[in-house]
Amino acid sequence: MKGLRQAVPSIVVMAVVLAIWWAAVAATKSAIFPTPWQVVTGTLELARDGTLWEHIGASLMRVGAGFGLAVALAIPLGLWMGWVHGAFVTLNPLFQIMRPISPIAWIPIAILWFGVGNASPIFLIFIASVFPMIVQTTVGVHTIEKRYLRAAENFGVTRSKLFLKVVFPATLPQIIVGMRIGLGVAWLVVVAAEMIALHSGLGYMIIDSRNAGNRYDLVIAGMIIIGLIGLMLDGFMRLLEGMKVVRWRYAH
Amino acid sequence: MPTKIHVENVRKSFQNDKVRLQVIEGLDFDVKEGEFVAIVGPSGCGKTTLMNIIAGFLSPDSGAVNVNGVVRNGPNRKGIMITQQGSVFPWLTVKQNLLFGLPDDLPNRDALADEYAALVGLKGFENNYAHELSGGMLKRAEIARALVVKPEILYMDEPFSALDALMSLRMQNELLRILAVEKHTVMLITHDVEEAIHLADRILVLSPRPTRIQASFDVPFAHPRRVSSPEAQALRVAILKELGVTDSV
Repeated sequence: MKGLRQAVPSIVVMAVVLAIWWAAVAATKSAIFPTPWQVVTGTLELARDGTLWEHIGASLMRVGAGFGLAVALAIPLGLWMGWVHGAFVTLNPLFQIMRPISPIAWIPIAILWFGVGNASPIFLIFIASVFPMIVQTTVGVHTIEKRYLRAAENFGVTRSKLFLKVVFPATLPQIIVGMRIGLGVAWLVVVAAEMIALHSGLGYMIIDSRNAGNRYDLVIAGMIIIGLIGLMLDGFMRLLEGMKVVRWRYAH
Repeated sequence: MPTKIHVENVRKSFQNDKVRLQVIEGLDFDVKEGEFVAIVGPSGCGKTTLMNIIAGFLSPDSGAVNVNGVVRNGPNRKGIMITQQGSVFPWLTVKQNLLFGLPDDLPNRDALADEYAALVGLKGFENNYAHELSGGMLKRAEIARALVVKPEILYMDEPFSALDALMSLRMQNELLRILAVEKHTVMLITHDVEEAIHLADRILVLSPRPTRIQASFDVPFAHPRRVSSPEAQALRVAILKELGVTDSV
């Protein structure tokens, strides 16, 4: 009930935006810019003939692959860099230089190396999401409170136990923060990457709708769907933040 | 009783921005097996540094600490440290915390963890995480985790200072109850003279930095003690006097 009441203002704002949009299109009698209703009918049309689901599926598959590879590399690498000082001082400067490079800048190289197939966007997503996750994981290890490491030292546990019961779980909240950032960036990038050179995906759908006869209803439909899926993906990562083993870190 | 801990001419200084800070200046004392020794001293005198040296987390510049006649060169599970901040792992449940220090191949480790959870009054809370416990319960969990590995020595660095006065008192009584069963050697650092009188067999008063032992008091009262008794109050006044506080009570 409380959640519902909190949602009221934001629903009102969205309704106002829709109303202004509708009124503006009606007032200017625009032939190209669609009304909200045209966006809805356009979306339903695409959903009915199945192309919408293909595009969504293609985009999600690419994000899944690129993000999955990035997680598989970033977490072990970040833990290693956090734990072994030599690894940190050796690799961190390189990653700090590569991190601010927009993934979009990698597009020409991606096309050169991987052509215009699925590998290019997967590579771009990988590049985009791997650095924030490495950085967060490393920070997570570096910020483990000394009192916990000391306690572990006091009990004289084996290295594997130290790692599994202390270092990894102590870092997990930061790893999840990194994954949330990484997945957000991955979703931003997949759409951009698909706009360049491919034949499926939500990014392709947007560019293709414009090129194939100024179907701006579908352009906007694509944008809204991207926003909603992005919200959903973030929601999944938030579920991870709700796990009992990590709540201690977010509680305050 | 044989000597458990032998501290011999321990010195320690810290280098800080080209300033050399002598913290401990030649400390000597013994702790007997099963003895409860409290250390009081002005704040910043190096009590915690001393405890870290004895527990093996720091090494002295010179001198040595012998435990069971062997030179101490690192922390180990025979002497468990309990600090004011606490170090119960918040990502593990109470039970998992208790199991942490036990070897994986110990046959009765599960039953042992339950037994010690019950001993400190945490029965029914084994599956709770730290953030689901109160400050007092967290401290109980920490004590149980220390005791379950059957250490010979407990190093307690202001263990109850973060608790409110009532809970601190309650935990002191709990500790006495447990020690009556388990008979550990205990070293306690505290700023609370009454706590020291309540718990310890002997109280060492440290001087300001660079610290050395300024005075030593035996506490000859039988348990359970009444800190309000005239004898205990006289002892308190004497200790406070050593600490430079002239008490008007």
